[in-house]
Amino acid sequence: MSRIEVQEDRCKGCLLCTTVCPVNIIVQSERFNVSGYKVAEVPEADMDKCIGCASCAMICPDVAIKVYKTPKKKGDN
Amino acid sequence: MSEMNEKLVFDKPESVIDRATHYCPGCHHGIAHRLVGELLDEMNLAEKTLMTTSIGCSVFLYNYLNVDAVEAPHGRAPAVATGVKRARPDHFVFTYQGDGDLASIGMAEIMHAANRGEKMSVVFVNNTVYGMTGGQMAPTTLIGQKTTTSPAGRCQATQGSPIRMSEIIASLGGVAYAARGSLDCVKNIRAAKKHLRKAFECQINGTGFGFVELLSGCPTNWKMTPIQANERIQTEMIPYFPLGVFKDISEEGGIC
Ligand SMILES: Cc1ncc(C[n+]2csc(CCOP(=O)(O)OP(=O)(O)O)c2C)c(N)n1
Ligand code: SF4
Ligand code: SF4
Ligand code: SF4
Ligand SMILES: [Mg+2]
Repeated sequence: MSRIEVQEDRCKGCLLCTTVCPVNIIVQSERFNVSGYKVAEVPEADMDKCIGCASCAMICPDVAIKVYKTPKKKGDN
Repeated sequence: MSEMNEKLVFDKPESVIDRATHYCPGCHHGIAHRLVGELLDEMNLAEKTLMTTSIGCSVFLYNYLNVDAVEAPHGRAPAVATGVKRARPDHFVFTYQGDGDLASIGMAEIMHAANRGEKMSVVFVNNTVYGMTGGQMAPTTLIGQKTTTSPAGRCQATQGSPIRMSEIIASLGGVAYAARGSLDCVKNIRAAKKHLRKAFECQINGTGFGFVELLSGCPTNWKMTPIQANERIQTEMIPYFPLGVFKDISEEGGIC
């Protein structure tokens, strides 16, 4: 299980993260942050598709993305 | 759905100050800062770093990296850093410069600091324009590229060809490492970090001058979206400014 957290007040809506996600789950939301940028998000329904590759975080020019990974338990697959 | 044993595998590096930057959306200065910050952390350099910042959009770098800094006049960062390093040889000294700063007004300073083999590292952000002042033509502007001072596109006959700094720097005797990376995609960002690490190592182990050019996007002055700007780096910049290592004396066995 992996997931990302977008720090919305840092996101500038550049959408570069949306171009690098291998499972294509990052989209622009309808929310504006305090600076007036429409922030990126992973819709709740898609979050479990995240593979924790951190590509989105690597390309984010504003260091707005945190990536979390949960190690697989034995027997999981 | 956070679970108890989940691990944070990607976060802001310690050396990058936790604050919003003044950069435009999609500007690659932020990626360059983060790579430098990650290396300062990973190589345990932050405490003994003296950064020399320059004039350009990255002029406020001292607000974004948590290290001691000296602000140099436009183009003069390599001369200032020479003094800083010679006065404090036990410190890690790097400059961070744009292409207008380094390849135009500061051409003399970079050439001679490199040629003297000053034990410093240079982070060179090439976005093919003077970003801060509104997108004027730089020595690195591509042929045909429209800027505010080349509205019909840069013309080779009257304005010369774009300067390939990494190749020039690599040709100078004092240089230990010279490489060009790019910040347009994840693969290139990873490779760019490896170049920076090598350049930093050259200073730490006393081998000599390290230079890393980073092809970077300036969506605002290119009048493009960030996604289009990244595509431009792939389709126009990389073919003219090839990526790779142009000199690495650690591979060649030292300067003679
Ligand atoms: C002596 C001097 N001349 C000119 C300027 C105006 N000036 C400020 S930044 C700049 C160019 C910056 O371009 P670059 O180094 O490419 O940085 P970027 O903003 O693109 O990152 C110029 C010409 C100045 N500040 N000082
Ligand atoms: S970590 Fe990888 S899979 Fe998850 S959202 Fe980011 S790019 Fe997509
Ligand atoms: S790359 Fe960063 S700043 Fe750009 S849209 Fe994604 S989260 Fe926001
Ligand atoms: S003008 Fe260009 S270089 Fe300056 S902050 Fe904006 S995108 Fe970055
Ligand atoms: Mg520039």
